[in-house]
This record gives sequence, structure tokens and C-alpha cells, in this order.
Amino acid sequence: MDIKKTFSVKGMHCASCVTLIERSLKEVEGIKNATVNLATEKATVTYDPLKVNDSHLSSAVANAGYQAFLGDEMTHERDEQAEKKKELQALKIKVIVSLALGALILWGSFPGLMNTAPKILQNFLVQLLLATPVQFWAGWSFYRATISALKHRIANMDTLVAIGTTVAYVYSAFVTVLPHVVESIGIEAFPYFDVATIIIGLILLGRYFEAKAKAGTSEAIKKLIGLQAKTARVIRDGKEADISMSEVEIGDLIRVRPGEKIPVDGVIEEGESSIDESMVTGESIPVDKTKGDTVVGATINKTGTFTFKATKVGQETMLAQIIKLVQEAQGSKAPIQRLADLVSSYFVPAVLMLAIITFVAWYVIGPAPALTFALLNTVAVLIIACPCAMGLATPTAIMVGTGKGAEQGILIKDAESLEIAHKINTIIFDKTGTLTKGKPEVTDIIVVDDANKDEALKIAASLEKGSEHSLAESIVKDAENKNLALSKAEKFQAIPGHGVEGIIEGKRVIFGNRKLMQRENISIGSQEGNISQLETEGKTVMMLAVAGKLIALIAVADTVKESALEGVKQLQRLGIEVAMITGDNQRTANAIAQKVGITRVLAEVLPNQKEAEVKKIQAEGRIVAMVGDGINDAPALAAADVGIAMGSGTDVAIEAADITLINKDLKSVATAIILSKKTMKTIRLNLIWAFGYNVILIPVAMGLLYPFFHILLNPIFASVAMATSSVSVVSNSLLLKRKKIN
Amino acid sequence: MIIDKIIVTLLGIMGIAFTYWFFLMKRSKEVIVKDSIDIIVDGGYSPEVISIAKGKTTKINFLRKDPTDCLEEVVLSDFKIRKHLPLNQKITIELTPQKAGEFGYACGMNMYHGKIIVK
Repeated sequence: MDIKKTFSVKGMHCASCVTLIERSLKEVEGIKNATVNLATEKATVTYDPLKVNDSHLSSAVANAGYQAFLGDEMTHERDEQAEKKKELQALKIKVIVSLALGALILWGSFPGLMNTAPKILQNFLVQLLLATPVQFWAGWSFYRATISALKHRIANMDTLVAIGTTVAYVYSAFVTVLPHVVESIGIEAFPYFDVATIIIGLILLGRYFEAKAKAGTSEAIKKLIGLQAKTARVIRDGKEADISMSEVEIGDLIRVRPGEKIPVDGVIEEGESSIDESMVTGESIPVDKTKGDTVVGATINKTGTFTFKATKVGQETMLAQIIKLVQEAQGSKAPIQRLADLVSSYFVPAVLMLAIITFVAWYVIGPAPALTFALLNTVAVLIIACPCAMGLATPTAIMVGTGKGAEQGILIKDAESLEIAHKINTIIFDKTGTLTKGKPEVTDIIVVDDANKDEALKIAASLEKGSEHSLAESIVKDAENKNLALSKAEKFQAIPGHGVEGIIEGKRVIFGNRKLMQRENISIGSQEGNISQLETEGKTVMMLAVAGKLIALIAVADTVKESALEGVKQLQRLGIEVAMITGDNQRTANAIAQKVGITRVLAEVLPNQKEAEVKKIQAEGRIVAMVGDGINDAPALAAADVGIAMGSGTDVAIEAADITLINKDLKSVATAIILSKKTMKTIRLNLIWAFGYNVILIPVAMGLLYPFFHILLNPIFASVAMATSSVSVVSNSLLLKRKKIN
Repeated sequence: MIIDKIIVTLLGIMGIAFTYWFFLMKRSKEVIVKDSIDIIVDGGYSPEVISIAKGKTTKINFLRKDPTDCLEEVVLSDFKIRKHLPLNQKITIELTPQKAGEFGYACGMNMYHGKIIVK
């Protein structure tokens, strides 16, 4: 079977290039057709995947003298990383050169130290010579950014550094070249080349560390992208071939051998194996899978060989969805960031104005030498101000927090959800499928008078066959296990919150709970004792009535998840009130709640009333999270302050919830809340640091402490503080990675 | 030496007024986008303010020409988009806004700003 592929071609500039590439591609054996578009710089090729692979395509394009870009997201990622590495290397050289030259100048000019320096270093002209490359070569990036920003009437970090260092450099150059001019107005002709050069060196050093640290904040996404398999072993027309991921189609039969990565999502057709899904769900224990079970792309096949049919490929796979969600969360904004946003939009112009005030104040009312004080303090103000720390405080923490969550199978929809989650003080768990496994089984059948147990089960199952309720499934399954031949039900109707009704073999049959029996005026008095007993055991009792008479009780019980008790306890330890919501009657609900340690029980709640119950608790002034399966309880999840959907492996309704837990482990709920609390703590610390730093140090740099304590901030120390401030914010966010959340 | 102090004070006042006017009182022209637009990222975003139609898909192509670290990411937080902008490469973002209003976007460090008006 032929496949079609489109890829980018670089280096084309005219129509003849198009012909050349098309011809070169068509010459490759196995390529049926090739068209190249000059405008979009793309080639589309139809070829036989068994004969042609990516390297054939790229060498054909290379033979024509052009470059093909066949890579996927991974390749782009690698290219970007290589580019970043090159930039960092160049930055490193600039840092070393500026700091080395700066150190020489400092040695030759710093009072107390200069006496030990060789005479040549004390020469101002030599210092000018050493400072010039630092100012205009290493510091060029500041000028470049300043010039382009000024064209847009924008002032930024670079503007401050460029103005600050230029003031120091130009003044120093002036006193070096024309010392008599300054001396004539009574000022000693002393340059400050050390200030300009060391500031540039240190700020570049800060940027170097910041760039390295920042790369760490987006590591989670890189890791997720790296999980993708590169090829898939597809069986087409009876032949097996390794093809690239972009060529895999829905319906393809794919073979996976032990130790291999499962390339896409699908359903096992043949064979069985144990699969490590930890990279997607965070669950460390491998899961046994066999025919009919779903497999997730990017997970690892441990033991057996199996073939599966691809059901989701490309952007539809679970991994692609997870990547998309994490990327979206990292692009979103937390409400706590609003103040930082507001401040940063006025910050740099405000600092420029403060610098002018500083200069004027020191010049007009400052002590002698007024010009020197005015200059150095102005430079200190310009250099100490650090708007970047404010800009980085929230997003870096959100990136690390959401990434850490994804590694543990906790997907957070956006920064806002992450922020609200730390305030949650009430959590409502949906019972079926969340606290319990959601796979109920028939435990007891009690017949009334002389009715037959199998006959009762047969009637109930015949009726329930048309129902989609999870309890119905258990009844039908039990009947099938007992090989009972089911009858056809007519006029089937589901009565939400009550049960079902229909006509079987000409008789009206109703099957459901107590409410249904009351509605139909069917007496259950004789069985009240049995019903209470079963309900106290946590079983759901359904009553079967045929032709207006109760004939049997069928009890169904769902198993509580192993992690439920511990999951609830962890939340209670965090001081969170835990409630359970269910359609079951009070007695059954209480029994289940007791097993998992929940005291607040909202029983007999119809599916459409769950939303109202959530709102009722919110009205008590509580911040409520609702935990459900995300499919049946979407309105309740949406009504809650934070909707948490618990997936069961693959069928996760990611869109429905604010937080999606991919694994079935109930302890993840507490983990998600702890993650939110820790992330918010990091954000707060970052913001306090970033704001506090500027609010305290800018006035110090202006010299406000001078009249009282004679304290001034040397511009070089200002640059040390500035260089460390944004690095410390990013590093603090990275510390989140190491924090224990479970 | 009084004269120089008066001159420095006057220049300072003028400098502050100029800084305020130049940076804080600028008005950007709104560019109406039909289907797609190229936004050049060089010391800011040009055009800085664009208006796009509600409910319609608009392609916004960012082309970064400025190597400044700050600008290597663009964040459209209202649309939950954070994109790396490689130097001299066009990166296309498709938006289909469902809500009218003004939505700001910024660089990764929140230093450079632009605005998308949805009508």
C-alpha cells in the first residue's frame, strides 16, 4: 500500500529548483509521484513504504542540491537544543572575556588594590583600551535590544543595563581623554571603567545561569515528547515492515515484541503481555493485558509478543493529548500573576524616572564630589532594578509544577486550576467507579414465596440487557455466566434514579429500587428485613416485580478500591473534609462510606441532582472539589471549584475536568492538592523575593540610607545582586522538582 | 555653581516628562486581520495591536528576528499558548476565538507586550 508524505525543503529560489527536486525524487525506486511547491517550500511524495524510507527521500533532495526536513517534533527539539547550546557557548566566551578584562581594570583602579598592580594597568588609556571591547562587543546584545525596543517605544532590562554602563563608560572615557576639562571644574579626573566592564560581565554571567536554569523548567515537555516511539512494526498485506510514526494509520495491525515501545494507542488483537504504563499513568506496577484490552502508545511492553490494531494515531493518541494539555497549562496564566503583570508594564519607565531623580537629587543637594556621587548612584539604580525576576516568578513555577504533575499522571488543565486547588477544603467523591472499582457483581438473590432464583435472574437480565447502567451490566453478566437464555424485552424504558421497566413474555416487569416500588404501589413489606440486612452490608438491593407482584431481591455489590481508605485518610490529614455522593440509599451508602472512612454521606442523589448538591456545599462557604469519572458527572465536575476526573487507564475524559488523574490510585487526589500547595508556596516566595528585592534595593541604590547611615550601593555590588536575582527565582522554581508530593 | 544646579534640575524634569510621554503614553495603531498576519518580533511586536474576527480561524505568523533571550518565547495566556520562537523561523499560531474582548500577549518574561482584539 502506497503512502503519501509531505515535508519541508529548504534552499529553493526559483521554478527550476522545483523541477530539479521533483525529477530527483521520481528517480528513486518506489516513489510513484512527487510534487514540490515553491511557495510553501514543501514536497509531497507518494511512495511504497516497503521500498522507500526517510533517508532515501532526504538523499534524493540532497542530490539535487537542497535540504529536506523530514524530522518530527523530536528532530526540531534537537535542532533547537543545538542552537541553544551554541548561543550558550558564545555567551560563556563573552562572560569569561568581560570578567577577565574587568578584573584587570579593577586591579589597576580599585583603591587599596591598585598599588599592587603593574603600572601599565593603572594607566587610564590602557583601561579604556581594555574596557572598549567589553562595552561594545560583549555588551552589544544590550545595545541591540535597546535600539530595537526603542523603535517600539519600549524600555526593558537591556535598556537599563545599556544606559547604566554607557553612562559609566562615556564618563570614564571623557575623563581619560580630556582630564583637564573635568579638573577645571574641580573634579578629580578618575575613570570608572571597572564599573562598566564588571557590570556587563556579571549580568551576562547571570543570563548564562538563567538560560541554563530556564531550560530545566520545560524539561517535562521534552521528556514527554521523548517518550514517543520512532517507528512501528506494521503488518500490511501479510508483510511486516518498520515504518515511521507519521505513516501509521488507524486500523493498521502492529506487532510489538518484548522490550519494545508500543507505538500508538490501540486494542490487542492477539497475544498477551505485561505492560509498563508508568510513564503515562505514574503507576509503577506493570499491567497484564490480553486480547480486547486497550494499549497506550509510548508505554513499554515487558514480556510477551502481541499484535494490536491501531485505534488512535498522530495527534489523537493519549500521549499527544497529554503533551497538548501540559503545553496548554504551561501557556496559561495564574490569577496570582495579575499584580506582577501590572507592575511590570510600568516598571522600567518608572526606574528610568527614579534614576533621573537620583541624579538630580545627588547633584543638587548631595555632598561633594556631587557629580561623582550622582553618576555612581544613578548607575546603581539602573543596574539594580530587575524586572525579569517579576516576570519569571509565576510562570517558571507553573511550568515546573504542571510538568511534575504530568510525570505522576496528574494532568492540570491550567494555571488557574492549579491555583484554586490549594484552597480546597471539601472534596466530594462520586461513589461508583471512583471510590469503588465500578464493576459491581451480583452477590445475593432472594426469592419471594415459590419463585425460582434462575428464573428471577433471567427476567431481570432480559430487561436490563437494554440498559446502560453499570448495575445492569453485572446482572446480565451473571445470567450469562449461568448460561441462562434471555428473553426479548418490549417497551423497555429506563426511569432515571429509579430503575427500568418493560414487557417480557406479555407480562409487565419492573426492576429497580425502593422508590420505584413505591411509585408502582408494590408492597415490599415482607422483605423489609432482608433488604435492610443487605443494605447494611453495603450492597445495592434491586427489587424485581412481575405483573404487580414482588418476586425477588437481587443484591449487587461493588468492590472498594484498595487505595480508597488511604486516599481518604491522606486528604483528612491535610485538613480537608471528605464527602461521598451516590444514588444509593442511605444505608448502603453509609456502609460503603464507613469502609473508606468517610463520615459525610450524600445518599439517594439522582444523577441530575449532583450539581445542585455541589452548589449547596459551596453555599456553606466551602471551596469544593468534585472527584468523578468525568463522563457521567460532567455537570457536577463543572459546578465544583475544581473538577477532578479519575481515569481508568485509557478512557480518560481529559476535557471534562480541571485536573485529570490518569491512574486509578485515589492517593493521587491528595498528591494533586499537595502539588498545588507546594507550587503556590514557591510562587509566593518568588513574588516576595522579586518584589521585595526591587522595593528594598532600589531605594538603597538611590542613596536613601546615606543621610542616616552613610550607606551607598556600589554599582558593582548592584550588578551582583541583579545577576543573582532572576537566577534565584528560576532556581527556586526548579527546587519544586525535588519536593516530595506523595 | 547655582546655575548648573538649576539647569540639571530643569533637564531632569524634562527627562522625566519625556520618559513618561515616550514610554507610557504611546498609542499603537490597530491592524485589522482578515485571514492571516505576519508579526515581526524585533524589539517588540509589529504590528503590536491586531484585531481578528470572533469565531473565525486566524493565522498569526510570528517571525523572530531579534536574538534577545526575552523574546524567544511568546505567551498568549488567554488562549493557553506558549510557543518557542526560533530565530528567523516563521511560527504559526492558529486562533479561533469564541469570545470578544481584548487579550494581551507577551514575551516569556513579560517584558514585551502586544494585544489581540477580538471583535
